[in-house]
Amino acid sequence: MTDTEKTTSHLTRRQALMLMGAAGATGLMGPMAIGRDRAFAANADPSGQLVLAFSQEPTVFNPLMPHIEVDEGVYYAVYDPLFDFDPSGEFFAILAADVPTVANGGISADGLNWALTLKEGVTWHDGTPFTAEDVKFSLELTMDPEFRSFRSTGYKLMKNITVVSDTELTWEMTEPFAPMAAILASTYIIPKHVFEGVADKNDSPLNTAPIGTGPFKFKNRMAGDHIELEANTDYHMDGPYLKTLIIKYVPDLNVMYTQFKSGDIDVIGLQYITPDHLAEAETLEGKVVKISGQATFESIGLNTTRPQFQELAVRQALYAAIDKTSIIDALYYGVPTPTETYMPQQSYYYNPDLPKHEFNIDKANALLDEAGWVRGADGIREKDGVKLAFSNSTTAGNHLREQAQQFIQQTFLEIGVAMEIKNLPPAVMWGDYWMNSEFDSVVVGLNTLAGADPDTSDYFMSTASPVLGGAGQNTFAYNSAKVDELLTKGALSFVPEDRKAIYQEMQAVIRHDLPFLPMFQYSVIKGWKDDVTGPAPNVNNRIDSWNVRDWKRS
Amino acid sequence: MLRYILSRLGQSLILLLIVSFIGFAVLTLAPGGPLSQFALSPGMTQEQIDKIAEQMGLNRPLWVQYIDWFTHMITGDWGTSYRDGQPVLHVIGSHLFATLLLMGTATTLSVSIGSSIGILSAIRRGSLFDTTMTIAAMIALSIPTFWFGLIAIYIFSLNLGWLPAGNMYNIGDQSVLDYLRHLILPASVLALVDVAIWSRYMRTSTLNVINQDFVRTARAKGLSSRRVLLKHIVGNSLVPMITLAGLQVPMVLGGALVTETVFTWPGMGRLFLDSLGYSDYPVVMGLLMASALLVLIGNLAADLLIAQIDPRVRLD
Repeated sequence: MTDTEKTTSHLTRRQALMLMGAAGATGLMGPMAIGRDRAFAANADPSGQLVLAFSQEPTVFNPLMPHIEVDEGVYYAVYDPLFDFDPSGEFFAILAADVPTVANGGISADGLNWALTLKEGVTWHDGTPFTAEDVKFSLELTMDPEFRSFRSTGYKLMKNITVVSDTELTWEMTEPFAPMAAILASTYIIPKHVFEGVADKNDSPLNTAPIGTGPFKFKNRMAGDHIELEANTDYHMDGPYLKTLIIKYVPDLNVMYTQFKSGDIDVIGLQYITPDHLAEAETLEGKVVKISGQATFESIGLNTTRPQFQELAVRQALYAAIDKTSIIDALYYGVPTPTETYMPQQSYYYNPDLPKHEFNIDKANALLDEAGWVRGADGIREKDGVKLAFSNSTTAGNHLREQAQQFIQQTFLEIGVAMEIKNLPPAVMWGDYWMNSEFDSVVVGLNTLAGADPDTSDYFMSTASPVLGGAGQNTFAYNSAKVDELLTKGALSFVPEDRKAIYQEMQAVIRHDLPFLPMFQYSVIKGWKDDVTGPAPNVNNRIDSWNVRDWKRS
Repeated sequence: MLRYILSRLGQSLILLLIVSFIGFAVLTLAPGGPLSQFALSPGMTQEQIDKIAEQMGLNRPLWVQYIDWFTHMITGDWGTSYRDGQPVLHVIGSHLFATLLLMGTATTLSVSIGSSIGILSAIRRGSLFDTTMTIAAMIALSIPTFWFGLIAIYIFSLNLGWLPAGNMYNIGDQSVLDYLRHLILPASVLALVDVAIWSRYMRTSTLNVINQDFVRTARAKGLSSRRVLLKHIVGNSLVPMITLAGLQVPMVLGGALVTETVFTWPGMGRLFLDSLGYSDYPVVMGLLMASALLVLIGNLAADLLIAQIDPRVRLD
């Protein structure tokens, strides 16, 4: 790990020609994958104004600080990552001149040495030139002990970040980590010069007046209402085409839909159009309404440390007793897609051959009878003093979920299982109750992926369960030696084909074990005025504005 | 008088201290906390959350956090919002204009219209006008504001297209006329319910006065009914209203959550709810202290005013 210099040698690059490079690439990595011109092509004459509405308010403007997905809606407009995922899961370069891969020598074959070349001539919104120093600063800030960093996964493996020239930098990894590229794809680069003389980096000028390299400049913010952004006419890629972009905060989904209908909102963003409005929305004049898949999947998550859930037969019976189709069609207006796994169906790594769920009360009863769970006087099954009764929790006030719970409660009763609904306000539900696995079971929508990378160690590795003594998000306390092994193998592999086999096998193992009962993959109903072009679904990014540089009004 | 004011202020300080302590305890003891919103973020680990909690001082004992907050508060440093990193007073200030505009307009409308209706109803007690207004007030009071707001949007924005469906102004316009156009619907919706309340109070208060001896005396000595009404009835029936108006002060600044939500009006009500939802302790505490202060000031002002107006009341 001392041979940093080798990363700049061209020999290893050619040898590694057949290798594909990091995280998520599905073909030979062309940085021009979606036909982007790398030369300067800023649009000199942007025009028009567009109002994009979100149902939560973006408030955190330093992208390296803890934030929620709605904040990223602003980041994509103001800042740039080095590269990003397109809808097919392939990388395209943004601030980087090329996406580093094993094939082009940006990543050494062992995954330990990285070299990055940046675009030339990029400037920050205040006119200061953008250089490799800014990238180094951003990457190092994530590990600054005084700084409230959004995350440390991946970054903590980086060391010796070296600026070779204004447009080149290299670093080493303490161990190979294939998801690193996906992490970089959601790392927005911030300007070093803004932090000069700033004593507390948590309290920098970026918090109120963000300066980025992105397609839009931050103009002003009216707290509780909107953020106004204006075109960056010096942008280093195609676009932007809009003169003004307004990000509007509309806290109620019914109100948001009404304003979309009345024309006050041009593009309806995060939390989108509720399914009950779908039929009407599709008939609206002058509006485009589209259903698009999300990376999030809904499931009944089980706390597998509970005695009720120890037996596979119980988990299988519960799964068979969920009338998925009725829930999706009757409650969710048929919008989401049934699924058997956590992996989005748009992903390269999705396993389409998993056994299909079948709603079958008789089969569920037979499974439980066979396993020796006997009905007591109250009709609830019991075995060895353990009653097949448990609570189910989710965010209180999420009406569709609450109805789904009641529906499931009824079909569970038919197989002699008592499920008590115990819903909690969001801050309580997703606090210690969730993190420390204090629940029996939950209804939860999870996105276990970081961008398009298939690694889910943080959710399914046994060492990632706080209740089993680890650290991470494995709140189902899933503990499978096989899955641990596959996850470890997958994170060490930089070849997409190899990784595909690993992660497909893992999906099969999890589908068999059922630590969670998969229900459906989220779909959302997006809408925009028909004179707007550009909005495009991208399951690999968390929010709609990932390509806001391309949006225009005709 | 001065002694009275000083002793009231002294009591107020003790009350504020108690309010702040209870508020802080309830807020911070509630499960969840400002970091739980990140729990479902991809890549967020418990380790990272613990680290941030330590950096923000959230893992210190509650009483330490309270004393820290309190000593800063009394020196004028109300802390920084967890949500957007801005000083609390700045956050509150940035929502103040919107709230004052909406609530000021609505309150002015409702007090003036409501009082007039109340007086007219009282002096024409049992008339068609009185009955109609009584029924109208009951209806207005029973309709939930959000429903009324949505119906108003449906009729005046979506169908007739006369008025905007929400927001405080059109970005890029922001002329006085533009603000007014946006103000009409939310202010009317808010005023409607308040008109009903004020008219009922005013009617009762006026009826009490009408039957007093001095009114009969005034009539008996031959004053015109107009003069009796303006000089003797209205003035006296307004006295109890002053206390109510004093209690209204914090309401005016507290905003109207439901109306603000329906009309996407960036006021205090929504700020409070959003801050509560994010467990933004400094801002919630700031709003709590500000409204407690206003309640106390409003009450004190009302009491002092009544003492000035009503010679029967002495404050010694």
